[in-house]
Amino acid sequence: MDLIIMNVIHSRNHTMKPLSSLLSFTLLGLLSFQLHADWSGNITMQDRYFIDDAKYSSQYDNYLSLSSDIEFYKALDDESSINITPFFRIDQHDEERTHGDLREMYYQQTFDTWELRLGISKVYWGVTESQHLVDVINQTDSIESSDGEDKLGQPMIKASFEKDWGTVDVFVLPYFRERTFQGIEGRPRTSLVVDTDQVSYESSDEEKNIDYALRWFQFIGDLEIGLSYFNGTSREPLFTLGNNNGSAVLTPYYPLMQQAGLDAQLTTEEWLWKLEVIARDWQVFNNTNTQLIDQSFIALTGGFEYTFVGIADSDADLGLVTEYLYDDRNKQASSLFQNDLLVGLRLAMNDIQSSEALLGVIYDLDYQEYLISLEASRRFANSWTATLEVRTFNKIDNESLLNNLAKDDFIQLDVAYHF
Amino acid sequence: MKNTLILKKLIGSLVLLSCLSPVIATANDEARGLEIATEADRRETGFVDSTAQMVMELKNKQGQSSSREVRSKILEVIGDGDKSLSIFDTPADIKGTASLNYSHALKPDEQWLYLPALKRVKRISSKNKSGPFMGSEFAYEDISSQEIEKYTYKYIKDEVLNGIDCFVVERYPAYKHSGYTRQVAWINKQEYRAEKIDFYDRKNSLLKTLTYTGYQKYLDKFWRADVMHMINHQTGKSTTLTWSNYQFKTGLTDKDFNRNSLKRAK
Repeated sequence: MDLIIMNVIHSRNHTMKPLSSLLSFTLLGLLSFQLHADWSGNITMQDRYFIDDAKYSSQYDNYLSLSSDIEFYKALDDESSINITPFFRIDQHDEERTHGDLREMYYQQTFDTWELRLGISKVYWGVTESQHLVDVINQTDSIESSDGEDKLGQPMIKASFEKDWGTVDVFVLPYFRERTFQGIEGRPRTSLVVDTDQVSYESSDEEKNIDYALRWFQFIGDLEIGLSYFNGTSREPLFTLGNNNGSAVLTPYYPLMQQAGLDAQLTTEEWLWKLEVIARDWQVFNNTNTQLIDQSFIALTGGFEYTFVGIADSDADLGLVTEYLYDDRNKQASSLFQNDLLVGLRLAMNDIQSSEALLGVIYDLDYQEYLISLEASRRFANSWTATLEVRTFNKIDNESLLNNLAKDDFIQLDVAYHF
Repeated sequence: MKNTLILKKLIGSLVLLSCLSPVIATANDEARGLEIATEADRRETGFVDSTAQMVMELKNKQGQSSSREVRSKILEVIGDGDKSLSIFDTPADIKGTASLNYSHALKPDEQWLYLPALKRVKRISSKNKSGPFMGSEFAYEDISSQEIEKYTYKYIKDEVLNGIDCFVVERYPAYKHSGYTRQVAWINKQEYRAEKIDFYDRKNSLLKTLTYTGYQKYLDKFWRADVMHMINHQTGKSTTLTWSNYQFKTGLTDKDFNRNSLKRAK
């Protein structure tokens, strides 16, 4: 479910991996195809139309873009494999959104009792739908989508041990990826751009700080439970005011943090009960932005999904999703979701075209503002899919962070060819 | 007079007998039905594990079709439903999606989905055993492992089906959320394998018919049909599963059927 606006900020000049390196990976994929390796992917045309006129003269009302994901996979033998997944997008207007990333490029080896992964990869932790608190290994590619579910590839050494008492994953993360932000032409964005060239870090090693993480996961009957610990540079930036050639900008600052996380899901017949809790220690700016002060906080997402199966004597299932989002920093929270409620409906037609729709409303109980998100998708002609997305930002008062987005309601259509 | 009395007694006992006989016959038929199911199960026991490839062809009433390709791995679990792992190769948009299923006789299956784009393993609600598998005419409960406890049985009659001597056995799902009131199965008398099954919906109307063709024997013991054809009489839609490349006793273990193996599935 993609409901969340993880990022309400945008930026200007940030350069990603040059296209030339991407092309060489694509070429590698093509060459290996002749060696009977497996590859797959998609080419997607996207049109994003903003309902209101742009707030800033640098912006547009309609954005066309083209993107592609290509996954190349090769088993070297029964126990080892390599996986390379380049991604790129070309955007009609936003230079920042024209970007590429190596989502994955890793070597994996499976031993009798453990597994080793070396390289760039993606890891997902957690169970809830509205936000992903526990999921901290990969940086968010927030320029891709505002829901926080698109992630940048993370360089890692990952070892997994499977025991009777659970699975333990140990991570060493030797290189930090900065979050992506919209360019000055981009939408949706806030008034001030994020100048990623002026990035700063708490760690003196900056992006080369070595981060560590540990996770234990087990299922006990119908309960699945995970405990995690992260020590390193926060994927979530803080912002300070800066300037670039006389223009006010936001500059991202990445503090160090320690975070413990719990995620659990209890599954009974038609009920899924979900909980994610994090406790984080880090240093943030004080109210006057003059010094760093210690901050500890707890945030959680908890709720349920109830599914009505075979509604009205059809094959369709209708799910009711409800989650409560809380952050004990209240209005001081760096997240938008300090006291919010998600109510959503998920419809799965269970038909040949895999038609699905998801409607969600996140209501802020403190600020009386709400986000509406609708996503609907279906397959056509075997290899094609169409996905419609609508997001609106409503009843936003002046105090709110979302105020920046008030005029950024949009309708988006993705048409993808899969191979 | 005397003769009349005897006649009356005779008639009386005949009446009594004829009243009793359906009861006796029913109890016998149930025992017989269970016996047939038990023998079929006995013959199916011991395959340990298997892997196979499957092409699923979906057709609607107008004859338009679409297809899916799935690779499957099954681990036999003695005393419970089997564990299975399915990896989807087509349609291309769900390529790499994998589904892990621990089937159970009377309680809901445990089911996980791996979504490759998000790298996310999701435990999903599996109450809906009666729901369609990948938009096909096969429900989840039709393709999951067949355990004796999943039904109660009743032997109906012997019948020759396409030249094959069969037992006709009715079975009644024990799972309370099953989509069926009953199934009528034609069981090959010699091999104790299903040749045809009629499915009756919750209103007890004929819903679907499944026919098995191209049976092949593996490891000199286990029968697997190359083709399973399901037609939905109420909608005119049909689904054909074509199986190939069956392998048995490939050395799969529990570790190939857990959450981590789901992420590794390729």
